[in-house]
Amino acid sequence: MAEPEPIMAEKEVLPIIVPGYTFATVTDKISAIVLTRKTPRGWYFGLAISFALFMCFLYAVSVLLIKGIGVWGVNIPVGWGFAIVNFVWWIGIGHAGTLISAILLLLKQDWRTSINRFAEAMTLFAVACAGVYPVLHLGRPWLAYWLFPYPNTMSIWPQFRSPLVWDVFAVSTYATVSLMFWFVGLIPDLATLRDRATGKVRKVIYGMLAMGWRGSARHWSRYETMYLLLAGLATPLVVSVHTVVSFDFAISILPGWHTTIFPPYFVAGAIYSGFAMVMTLSIPIRKFYHLEDFITMRHLQNMAKVMLATGLIVAYGYSMEIFMGLLYSGNPHERFQMLNRMTGPYGIFYGALILCNILTPQLMWMRKVRNSVGALFVISIIVNIGMWLERFVIVVVSLHRDFLPSSWGMYSPTRFDWLTYVGTIGLFLTLLFLFLRFLPAISIFEIRTMLPAAEIKEKH
Amino acid sequence: MKQIRTPLFGLLAEFESPTDLVRAARATYEAGYRNIDAYSPFPIEELSEAIGFGHNRLSLIVLIGGIIGGLAGFGLQYWAAGITYPINVGGRPLNSWPAFIPITFEMTVLFAALAAVLGMLALNGLPQPYHPAFNVPRFAQASNDRFFLLIAKADPHFTHEGTLEFLKSLNPREVSDVDR
Repeated sequence: MAEPEPIMAEKEVLPIIVPGYTFATVTDKISAIVLTRKTPRGWYFGLAISFALFMCFLYAVSVLLIKGIGVWGVNIPVGWGFAIVNFVWWIGIGHAGTLISAILLLLKQDWRTSINRFAEAMTLFAVACAGVYPVLHLGRPWLAYWLFPYPNTMSIWPQFRSPLVWDVFAVSTYATVSLMFWFVGLIPDLATLRDRATGKVRKVIYGMLAMGWRGSARHWSRYETMYLLLAGLATPLVVSVHTVVSFDFAISILPGWHTTIFPPYFVAGAIYSGFAMVMTLSIPIRKFYHLEDFITMRHLQNMAKVMLATGLIVAYGYSMEIFMGLLYSGNPHERFQMLNRMTGPYGIFYGALILCNILTPQLMWMRKVRNSVGALFVISIIVNIGMWLERFVIVVVSLHRDFLPSSWGMYSPTRFDWLTYVGTIGLFLTLLFLFLRFLPAISIFEIRTMLPAAEIKEKH
Repeated sequence: MKQIRTPLFGLLAEFESPTDLVRAARATYEAGYRNIDAYSPFPIEELSEAIGFGHNRLSLIVLIGGIIGGLAGFGLQYWAAGITYPINVGGRPLNSWPAFIPITFEMTVLFAALAAVLGMLALNGLPQPYHPAFNVPRFAQASNDRFFLLIAKADPHFTHEGTLEFLKSLNPREVSDVDR
């Protein structure tokens, strides 16, 4: 009865997985990247560059630890420079991984299956990059554990009414839950690698990580329950994390920060930048590892559509800021802040932000653009830059001119600010290259469930 | 009766498709076997029902974990900010509960998620480095493209001959002895 349908559907909807695969060929194709295929030279090349950048990070952090936070460009009035800009940028990027693995799972969006594994890995690595910034920014990073509530000889406790303490709990919970979500998702695939590995060392390592998984029906049943529950827990968690990050700003009284629109607008922006990053990463990965059969044009197009939707929410946020600042609030400081943002000394950044985040992505309305891998790649990088500019405008431009002209100032990053930023990109890419080499970048068992052969043919 | 050489754990039948396995599992359950298990390289909803495994207690464990996390999170803040280290911040009450909600929420999610993962592993008896099924060389395919059904010797209906005959009647690709 459903026979004539696919012909129509095929024209309209591209396949999630190119037809013709069996359970065994799916296993072979994905596990070969880790187990049998020769490590491509490009991998060594990429890892070498990433690792060199990571060394910049270690250098910059060493100097910071020896000399103090004065090596950065931060000072009064701009006390939150690159460190907080980059913190918010990285943690926002992480959010797409959780969105793909949790929210799209609950919404039964099958296409998530091909990209959820490395999107989750991206989340973890981005949160790792984000996490170092607030700690380094503390001034005495070696006392970071003072942020946690523990009985101590000073008999004092953290100030739980402060959004900065909320942030500690939100980000550490997010990191923990993301790690667990990612790891339990890997267990069945680690068992596959254990059973297929030839070397003794590999067998032992993958075997220990797989924890004796054998695919029992009872185990699968509890596993599926757990996975759904984790998705259900991660969904409000991901929304709460960027909400709490936005509270760091919104709870203050600074014009440009003190606004109720921040939580939803930050969450939408996070998902927007995260999808841009998933796109930036998945396009080269699918090409270099020949995974076009699993990460098809359908995935790229869907991601483009998610970016369009979240980009419009972000555009709404910007419009609301302008409306509130210039027209509605009637507050001279709010009004000045908005005008300063557009026409002040950092005005060019605001213009670039609108160009990168609002105007350029509108090209994706055109089917031709959505069908072009190159165009999507370029747009995704532009959005990444735009979202970084957004955080720069919010953090630096709001701070540099507050209520009293006598306390105004300018901020410019030093070379240690740049080295730390470039260094975390190196850390992120280093972890990503190691992940691609040693773990399956696509969930093998979930791809198996997508094949037609996985369907149980009932005859009653 | 055939003499059993090594200590036997059970019999393992191999199938080529998930549909065959589900059919075989149903037939086995209907034949009265209860100490059975089925193995597949991906989750099959019908399979756990077929071997008579219904509801699992994981949801309850997660609920309890979440409640404990929430109470612990709020309790910690109430105790720290209200009892042991009371500080007047801008005239706010010591128990300024709206400000305690974000951390209470995060702790709820953290404890519930930990309960979900650790609960799943504990109920499944993982990590479990050894299981007799791994003694069958073909079982390595259970994580690739083959589907297995195991009837344990501990089952009261189990006889080596009879169970072997029964499994062969289900059209398996192969039936093998599982050494303990």
